Amino acid sequence: MASILRFRKLCYVEPVKCSSLGFESFETPKIEKKDEGIGPSIENVLQKQEKKKSKRQPKEWRCVDYCCWTIGFMCTTWWLLLFLYHCLPVTLTGFQVPEPPGARLKREGLTALHPVVLVPGIVTGGLELWEGRPCADGLFRKRLWGGSFTEIFKRPLCWLEHLSLHNETGLDPPGIRVRAVPGLVAADYFAPGYFVWAVLIENLARIGYEGKNLHMAAYDWRLSFQNTEIRDQALSRLKSKIELMFVTNGYKKVVVVPHSMGVIYFLHFLKWVESPPPMGGGGGPGWCAKHIKAVMNIGPAFLGVPKTVSNIFSAESKDVAFVRAMAPGVLDSEMLGLQTLEHVMRVSRTWDSIISLMPKGGETIWGNMDWSPEEGYDCDLARKRYMKPSLNDKKSNNSDGKRGFHIEDYVKYGRIISFGKAASQLPSSQLPTLGLKEFSSTSTSSSSNSPCGEVWTEYDEMSRDSIQKVPENKAYTARTLVDLLHFVAPKMMRRAEAHFSHGIAENLDDPKYAHYKYWSNPLETKLPDAPDMEIYCLCGVGIPTERSYVYKPSPSDRCKSIPFRIDSSADGSDNGCLKGGVYFVDGDESVPVLSAGFMCAKGWRGRTRFNPSGIATYVREYQHKPPASLLEGRGIESGAHVDIMGNVALIEDVLRVAAGATGAEIGGDTIYSDIIRMSERINLQL
Amino acid sequence: MNLVRRRKASETEKPSVSDSKTTNEGGEEEEEEEDDDDKNKKSKKAVTKKKKRKVEEKGKWSCVDSCCWFIGCICTIWWFLLLLYNAMPASFPQYVTEAITGPLPDHPGVKLRKEGLTAKHPVVFVPGIVTGGLELWEGHQCADGLFRKRLWGGTFGEVYKRPLCWVEHMSLDNETGMDPPGIRVRPVTGLVAADYFAPGYFVWAVLIANLAHIGYEEKTMYMAAYDWRISFENTEVRDQTLSRIKSNIELLVATNGGKKAVIIPHSMGALYFLHFMKWVEAPAPMGGGGGSDWCSKHIKAVMNIGGPFLGVPKAVSGLFSAEAKDIAVARAIAPGFLDNDLFRLQTLQHVMRMSRTWDSTMSMIPKGGDIIWGGLDWSPEEGYVPSKKRQRNNGTQIAEQNETGSQVSQTKRGNYGRIISFGKDVAEADSSEIEMIDFRDAVKGSNVANTTCRDVWTEYHDMGIEGIRAVAEYKVYTAGSILDLLYFVAPKMMARGSAHFSYGIADDLDDPKYKHYKYWSNPLETKLPNAPEMEIYSMYGVGIPTERAYIYKLSPSAECYIPFQIDTSAKGENEDSCLKDGVYAVDGDETVPVLSAGFMCAKGWRGKTRFNPSGIRTYIREYDHAPPANLLEGRGTQSGAHVDIMGNFALIEDILRVAAGATGEDLGGDRVYSDIFKWSEKIKLPL
Repeated sequence: MASILRFRKLCYVEPVKCSSLGFESFETPKIEKKDEGIGPSIENVLQKQEKKKSKRQPKEWRCVDYCCWTIGFMCTTWWLLLFLYHCLPVTLTGFQVPEPPGARLKREGLTALHPVVLVPGIVTGGLELWEGRPCADGLFRKRLWGGSFTEIFKRPLCWLEHLSLHNETGLDPPGIRVRAVPGLVAADYFAPGYFVWAVLIENLARIGYEGKNLHMAAYDWRLSFQNTEIRDQALSRLKSKIELMFVTNGYKKVVVVPHSMGVIYFLHFLKWVESPPPMGGGGGPGWCAKHIKAVMNIGPAFLGVPKTVSNIFSAESKDVAFVRAMAPGVLDSEMLGLQTLEHVMRVSRTWDSIISLMPKGGETIWGNMDWSPEEGYDCDLARKRYMKPSLNDKKSNNSDGKRGFHIEDYVKYGRIISFGKAASQLPSSQLPTLGLKEFSSTSTSSSSNSPCGEVWTEYDEMSRDSIQKVPENKAYTARTLVDLLHFVAPKMMRRAEAHFSHGIAENLDDPKYAHYKYWSNPLETKLPDAPDMEIYCLCGVGIPTERSYVYKPSPSDRCKSIPFRIDSSADGSDNGCLKGGVYFVDGDESVPVLSAGFMCAKGWRGRTRFNPSGIATYVREYQHKPPASLLEGRGIESGAHVDIMGNVALIEDVLRVAAGATGAEIGGDTIYSDIIRMSERINLQL
Repeated sequence: MNLVRRRKASETEKPSVSDSKTTNEGGEEEEEEEDDDDKNKKSKKAVTKKKKRKVEEKGKWSCVDSCCWFIGCICTIWWFLLLLYNAMPASFPQYVTEAITGPLPDHPGVKLRKEGLTAKHPVVFVPGIVTGGLELWEGHQCADGLFRKRLWGGTFGEVYKRPLCWVEHMSLDNETGMDPPGIRVRPVTGLVAADYFAPGYFVWAVLIANLAHIGYEEKTMYMAAYDWRISFENTEVRDQTLSRIKSNIELLVATNGGKKAVIIPHSMGALYFLHFMKWVEAPAPMGGGGGSDWCSKHIKAVMNIGGPFLGVPKAVSGLFSAEAKDIAVARAIAPGFLDNDLFRLQTLQHVMRMSRTWDSTMSMIPKGGDIIWGGLDWSPEEGYVPSKKRQRNNGTQIAEQNETGSQVSQTKRGNYGRIISFGKDVAEADSSEIEMIDFRDAVKGSNVANTTCRDVWTEYHDMGIEGIRAVAEYKVYTAGSILDLLYFVAPKMMARGSAHFSYGIADDLDDPKYKHYKYWSNPLETKLPNAPEMEIYSMYGVGIPTERAYIYKLSPSAECYIPFQIDTSAKGENEDSCLKDGVYAVDGDETVPVLSAGFMCAKGWRGKTRFNPSGIRTYIREYDHAPPANLLEGRGTQSGAHVDIMGNFALIEDILRVAAGATGEDLGGDRVYSDIFKWSEKIKLPL
């Protein structure tokens, strides 16, 4: 569009200006006779175009004129401003841009040393069409996901159809091939102007990185991890790329920077690459030690994200990363014939990868009915932040005091889903306990063939009765949730079972753990034998993050086929953890601190059974500071899940490590949250 | 008189004023309408202007108002049309086209898919010179905000916005042929590197789309994008491009169940891939260390599209005077920026300075000297009649007419061997009549006035008047002496060039010196790899006059100009002549003459020769050029032009069949329209 405007500017502005000078002398009525014939015909044309305004008589065409005049005036002004803007020297528009970290570090003498591999997360990678149905004509190799998303508005149903995967296999539906966009463009910008990796890439380039030592490991984020290898050989390609970069950059090991779900994707890769060929990559046990210097996980979702649960359960937590940015326009409108959410649910339930983000580790990690590692967390972040700089001893006193005071009404984060606000707060003894097995047996024949058109969600196949049984159980913890999801989304969970596991391993040497479905769960895999490798957890803190939900059955309109929704009327009374039916904890807006930091803070710290070779781990947290002014855009000190990629401190850390620094050299741990204390409360055998 | 008149005027002011105004206006109106014609906005605008006058007459609207009204009107119409266009179903243009021209043939991909072809062998594209995109990774101050934006390819917006900055960033270092300090311009990677050169101007896109129809996708296709400005070996030194191609081909073969790759180089990519094949099997320090059977293990076929194996005469004129404006498609944009005076009258010098820093252009200097390209009196193509096409269309009389045609041309044949001659008379004279004064010893005169030329630098300034005259007095240059000429006029460039490229013919291919990389891209100085199962195709368009030899003149001596230019006044006697605007043309694809594209496959490598010791099978597939029948067809589906051939359905079908597993025999072996076999016979090259 911009280019069109510019083109028109070229075409029109100049002649018009000339003519405006020339026309000074036109005040004559002389030629009017000649024009009589042409004038009205033009009017007619104009009136047809301006249908709204053209109801007047041809005689009084002032209104049309005024419209034209206004539009013309606005266009001209716009062009003029645009022109001026382009004429401005770059320095003037840039209101004192703070110096990018790359430039500063370059002056310090840092240069590109280790090749860098970027692994994007869920949602942020672009997808393009390679083969489609007739309705997608002309979209060959155009982005369906990422970019401007114009196709959603043009042909929404077609778009949804092409983004869905096959419901049984989790692979392409017949006749449709949608593939990941390769290269750095895959995820540098998600939508025009909305950077993901672009800032980091630019800073890396400043210290000398370029195409040959910078690689974006784009993969189709809808598929389960092993399926990316089966369908696209994505893992093999990544392996070959890393080997190539290792060799062509003078045998320098690679620094890997995964983000969000990319973190567990890369964990999967680490296991895959060392496993023997039929299932794995056959790189041999020394592969990681030989090729990888450090894994710098940004916003890692190691132990899953509670958001996923509500997403699968009722498609309501609108984003996993930032679909929300565009969601208000798409999801809440009634565009798809009143069934937007159902459509979204149907599509997203075919995406296996989402299941990889379900909370892992059950009640041991996420807490049970009465207990959770985060309990005692003070949700009033503002107060907390101001108290932080005050004296240390005072703070410890304070927290002790608080503990004593709040002991009665700790938020019970362990109940990830509870029905009704009361159920989320009552002591467990007062809750009815209902075996899930009971209702899973009753879910049999689907009720009447639904009049809801072709919208299909698995809720339609559940009978009314069994739906009503779900809320009876009142509260679900991380463990019972799995059963619940099996009940409400049996097909999806059946597919998922084959690809992901969410438990905790008793004995890691059990041969069953050689199966790929355990590879992406840090609690069921050992890290590779690579003592020189380093693992970083770089995560933002200081933003309320969804942790558990208060649900209610939705008023049963048959066609509104999602029977549950978040009870947004449930607001917190006490310390503000409950807002709009959602309990919040500290985190980066998507991933709670617990999920991001626990493995680095405790699970892998030192030599544990999950980390037999003693890989060094570092937790680096970045305290969120909202952008000071609008001019700063998304902020240079943000801690939000995606915006953190523009965080100056984080970029500096990544650059230093890429240029050869070790974790100790960049300062070891930096911790703002209570992650250490939370981790200590988790009783996990190490 | 005057006074009286004025008085009268003041009394009856209105009519007289309007009178004078109208006379004025008459003139202006004409002018404006001329303008309008220029801007192609004629009818609509003229009408609306008149309209505007009416507005003025009705109300008291000022001129600015009218302008706004006018713009608003246009905007609204434009938006309305845009809306209509967007609301239009995507298949609408096709309906229109079909309604006018009758049903279109199926795309080859669709057609072959119905036949049951599916993706089998992985496909690797090797783009040619100019067509690949380049993007900025590090630049000077003036290029702020262009990080990872395309400098080359795409819209070329920056050429207009900051031309000098652009030239500076596109140039390479004059001594090393690598990046100048502080500037890093790198090739775009992935299929996007060369699918479209500019918006709407496809290069590989059509082929890619058709391959996708039979099941190809990103994992089975690979665009071997490289920085086409630097010499082949330097792409490895700087970017490790050759290593990356090797690794990627290995990966493609491994992930596709061991199916060998089909390589599709275009234009200069053919030479690049020739270089690659030698590099990959050469031992490690200089080569890729793949071992002597790498090619036979990984490559099924090399399908060269318009490969200039023996160079292109155009490259000579490009280097000599920057006048052959395109090597592939730069011409498409050239009229806009080469010929106007954007850079203060020195466009050509700037372009020359820039392109002379590009080592790769030297890979296309004609190779093989007089043996291949002809001497003073002889050339393999002699007897070629440019209007051949017409004869062929006459059907039955082909043979007769051909004979007569060739007889006629015997009498006034073009001496194609003389690639550069000064003056038309010299070009046509008998060799005995030409006096040649050797230029090689000529003293390069001191630079007469070096100050006036500001920062424009071409090596001609170092030559001085004496040197220039000496060059002109030698009169005639053949392919052999062209090299000496270039050494003389552009010593720095050739010094770099000779380290990377060689243009001779090997006497003994086993000579250890041929292990050096500078010989690898010259098919006359290398052996093909030992891969008897491999196939080499040479696919090129024919039927378009292609530059072959030039007539030069000294340009009117202004100190800042390039001292030589093509004598565009030199024309042949009748319209059938090969000589037009100072250029002798032969059959070819508009850029590469048939001889260069076809000779190696027709003769040099045919059977077991010393250049092809393992007997790799070669096939020639020519595609006769047929211009698009109407505008709706765009660049045509039967084009034979150098770049447009990538949209040629017959060519695409051939490629698809081979990629799906067919062999050259299955395709039907050779398919020849030109006289390539006859011409090859005339070349006396020991095989």
